[in-house]
Amino acid sequence: MSQPVLNQYDVVKYSRIYSLGAARGDLTVTNDDIAGPIDSSDEWIRQRTGIITRKRASADRSLMDMAVEASNEAIKKAGIDPSEIGAVLFSTITHPFATPSAATLLAEKIGANPAPAYDISAACAGYCYGIAQADALVRSGMAKYVLVVGGEKLSDFINPTDRSISFLLGDGAGAAIVGPSDFPGISPTVWGSDGSHWDAVSMTGSLIDFRDGKVAWPTLQQEGQTVFRWAVWEMAKTAKKALEVAGVQAEDLSAMVTHQANIRIIDELAKQLKLPESVVVARDIVYTGNTSAASIPLAMHALLESGEVKSGGLALEIGFGAGLAFGAQVIVLP
Amino acid sequence: MAFSQAEVLAGLAEIVNDETGIATESVQLEKSFTDDLDIDSISMMTIVVNAEDKFGVKIPDEEVKNLITVGDAVNFIVSAQG
Repeated sequence: MSQPVLNQYDVVKYSRIYSLGAARGDLTVTNDDIAGPIDSSDEWIRQRTGIITRKRASADRSLMDMAVEASNEAIKKAGIDPSEIGAVLFSTITHPFATPSAATLLAEKIGANPAPAYDISAACAGYCYGIAQADALVRSGMAKYVLVVGGEKLSDFINPTDRSISFLLGDGAGAAIVGPSDFPGISPTVWGSDGSHWDAVSMTGSLIDFRDGKVAWPTLQQEGQTVFRWAVWEMAKTAKKALEVAGVQAEDLSAMVTHQANIRIIDELAKQLKLPESVVVARDIVYTGNTSAASIPLAMHALLESGEVKSGGLALEIGFGAGLAFGAQVIVLP
Repeated sequence: MAFSQAEVLAGLAEIVNDETGIATESVQLEKSFTDDLDIDSISMMTIVVNAEDKFGVKIPDEEVKNLITVGDAVNFIVSAQG
């Protein structure tokens, strides 16, 4: 008796982002609101970060609330039924449970149950990691539509007296629906990690140390100069590589949407890439703050909503952060 | 070809001017980057990376905090040329 030939997935040639959704914190936090504990000022914070206000979520607005809101908008705009979602990927570092994942609850809340669902821990690179995986899942035939969410409630993990990163941080969630396409809508992803700088962006301690009374509630911290050097000059190389593998030039782009880490990083990165003036550089950080995994979809959503960029244009998106982890791809704007 | 101390100082002054707009003649050996020239940590790192390019040296992150004065930076670059 001969052995049967296995079925395998039928591959799909192209994928694209169908739509985006966004949800931000409900509180507008000014520099004056937070300057006291870090012995700083509105001017100092603006000059070093570009931030004028940041959005943070009040106690009764959870990470899941923002993720559901952003996801529902993306699903509605994509014109699909949530039951058609074949996978839910939730990039976050602020889901306050080691297990179960945030993604399974999100899938349940948006009507995507029983889709496979899992979290991605890649910090500020998380959204680009998610898009990379969604692209692979769709084109491999494993899922027709994939929901990618980058969401954070970073305000739960800040120290008001920390001068390294806390004053930058905001809360929000961005969502994207990725699905099959008649044209190439997501380039190959340039992604990777550098664990030799594992401590460059980190927590002040582990939960075990907190349990044992060795550290206060763990909050985020960073080595600013190390991160700045890496985020600009190493990420400039990554961005150039992403353009190369996508087969496009900088002048072909409608927009560059980087992780909204700090305006100085964004501006220096744009300078290193010698972007022509026609390329819109996302600066959502000015009024949203740094929202880690949420920052790229939030910034892209804002550019589309304001009409600064149009559907169909090309955007370079590049995420980078704790790990260190990074990911970049060129996408056709939904 | 190694750069002399005077050449490194002149080159560094150009880099500082390009990053911050500070006049090159103000960039003197005894000046503190932070206290006298009011250069913040992010601008300092941009200056460091541009100096690495210009003089062909490596300035590790952990060394940057030791570069208090312009003279510290000039001396480090001169000796790092090997």
